[in-house]
Amino acid sequence: MTGKTPQTIVRLMQGDEACAEGAIAAGCRFFAGYPITPATEIAEVLARRLPQVGGKFIQMEDEIASIAAVIGGSVGGAKSMTATSGPGLSLMQENIGYAAMTEIPCVIVDVQRLGPSTGRPTSPSQGDVMAARWGTHGDHPIIALAPSSVREAFDLTVQAFNFSERYRTPVILLLDEVIGHMRERVELPDPATISPEERATTSVPPEWYKPYENFPEDVPPLVPFGEGYRYHITGLHHDERGFPTNRLDEVQPWLERVFRKIDRSLSDILLYEEDGIEEAETLVIAYGVTARSARYAVEQARKRGLKVGFLKLKTIWPFAEEVVAHAAARLHRVVVPEMNMGQVVLEVERVVGRHKVHRVVRADGEIIFPDQILAVIEDWGAR
Amino acid sequence: MKRQRESRVHEQYLRHHKKFPNVWCAGCGIGIVLGSIIRAVDELQLDKNDVAMISGIGCTGRMPVYVDFNTMHTTHGRALAFATGLKMVRPEMRIIVVMGDGDALAIGGNHFIHAARRNIGLTTVIVNNLTYGMTGGQYSPTTPTGTRSATSPYGHIEQPFPITELSVAAGAAFVARSTVYHVRELEKYIAQAITKDGFSVVEAVSYCHTTLGRINRWGTAPDMMRRLKEQSISQKQAERMSAEEKAGKIIRGIFADRNIPEYTRLYDEIIAKAQQEAV
Repeated sequence: MTGKTPQTIVRLMQGDEACAEGAIAAGCRFFAGYPITPATEIAEVLARRLPQVGGKFIQMEDEIASIAAVIGGSVGGAKSMTATSGPGLSLMQENIGYAAMTEIPCVIVDVQRLGPSTGRPTSPSQGDVMAARWGTHGDHPIIALAPSSVREAFDLTVQAFNFSERYRTPVILLLDEVIGHMRERVELPDPATISPEERATTSVPPEWYKPYENFPEDVPPLVPFGEGYRYHITGLHHDERGFPTNRLDEVQPWLERVFRKIDRSLSDILLYEEDGIEEAETLVIAYGVTARSARYAVEQARKRGLKVGFLKLKTIWPFAEEVVAHAAARLHRVVVPEMNMGQVVLEVERVVGRHKVHRVVRADGEIIFPDQILAVIEDWGAR
Repeated sequence: MKRQRESRVHEQYLRHHKKFPNVWCAGCGIGIVLGSIIRAVDELQLDKNDVAMISGIGCTGRMPVYVDFNTMHTTHGRALAFATGLKMVRPEMRIIVVMGDGDALAIGGNHFIHAARRNIGLTTVIVNNLTYGMTGGQYSPTTPTGTRSATSPYGHIEQPFPITELSVAAGAAFVARSTVYHVRELEKYIAQAITKDGFSVVEAVSYCHTTLGRINRWGTAPDMMRRLKEQSISQKQAERMSAEEKAGKIIRGIFADRNIPEYTRLYDEIIAKAQQEAV
């Protein structure tokens, strides 16, 4: 203890910049990316910042190469990240599956813009929620987080790295264009108060090491290449040592373990904020920039005497089933605003039943304003 | 003596007891390339812990599983991009990237030219068997014009990539070509490529007697091996031949060996500069 009180850093900062600084604070020392609006600023900041802290930056020839290099860097032992937007996320999907299959930690930032295809590159969207969950082929678990402010962009980037190292999984950070490009006053925590998660090591001798061991905690330690543990990594289904296998008694147990390692840790992984749910008659569930409009709408509704609860999801995947089910159990009305044609709402409907849920969807490149949400809350309130 | 060395090299560098027999067809040239690589590593007395072998998808993609290095079997065409990330983080490692012609030059063509342009210190060995062997003999970026393949049943109308010329033009520091018939030469080139500080390419011309060879009635594996011997000429011989005489010949030799600053070394200078300016 130095006795020094932690000094917060107050700055006017963009969400993309906060994300880049969060990565540095989390211990990210390798970034590979490809320019794309509205995520380019993350690469620009890290091109300048990473070498200052002894890290490395590389601009690859496309997004496929970017995520491949990130996985390669992580295999080398560096905390690694890439940042892109929807079209780039589509290109990265095969190798995100490779990271899931090989359990290589990495962080993929997707600053969502309006799609599909080239869409509207400078307009916000929350249209990549399902792409983050199921964009790569085959069954796999994934973690995805969505910040709703510049400060949260910093915090959740740190958290994304921590989760990816703790659970040996790719983590997708779903910013939206507003959060990425918006500048706001932000108080960043003293770097000394941030204790990033370090990758677990092993004490077993190399000849005993099993990179995919069916470990008691379900997350076997990953030893970087070049440290005397010579093993094999493959996108084929593999045994505990990492060698390809066709054995039925090895394939299914692997899948069950990688799902289990997430499922058993939901209390750690599910991040959310709830407010006024106990007295509520109507519940509003929102995330990302839409959570800001939703919060304002909830406050206005309360001023008009309506009993409205608010649930802000920061962890989008795995979906907070229990949390939503519990919050909505007593209620007959759940309002889900989001900037797409209905993605997270599908999960909410699955958990609480379609008849209870009202969608407030918009996918034209404009944010959802509080009035739109308030109108729906009031309309129901008047019934 | 030779036999003793051979068995020691196998014992030392192959995952001998675990992973054999291999997936390749009897008579395939890929095993010869694998042998050349481990003998080159042995010749250079590299520590196995400092060597990584990275591959993509295809018959050649299966090579890393057999060697006792740090090994990674990645996605189709992307081996060089994965290797680039590893090299950035572990510049002291010797990274050998093994790819087939389809893997390296079709789906991975963009990564190939850009890795060469950056001159990042990776050793690339391309096993060029002129086809997609694992999927059954479809035409690849190096299939000769006129050849019949599973997807060019009336004859191939595209022209093949000249791998060495492409590599030289893209900026590789070291470029060489030999064949699986000329094993010692191949081994020598691979050793030189590993030693080279920069992006190096060795094209190992091979064949696929079970797919392309069968479709074109080129005979058995020994027949195709004989064709490699008869078709190939040295650079010196090539110099004395006319264009017509050289048509269809495989020219063996070193096509580039030049000193260009290696990428990760240049990046170390960037780090020094950034830290100086930040103070």
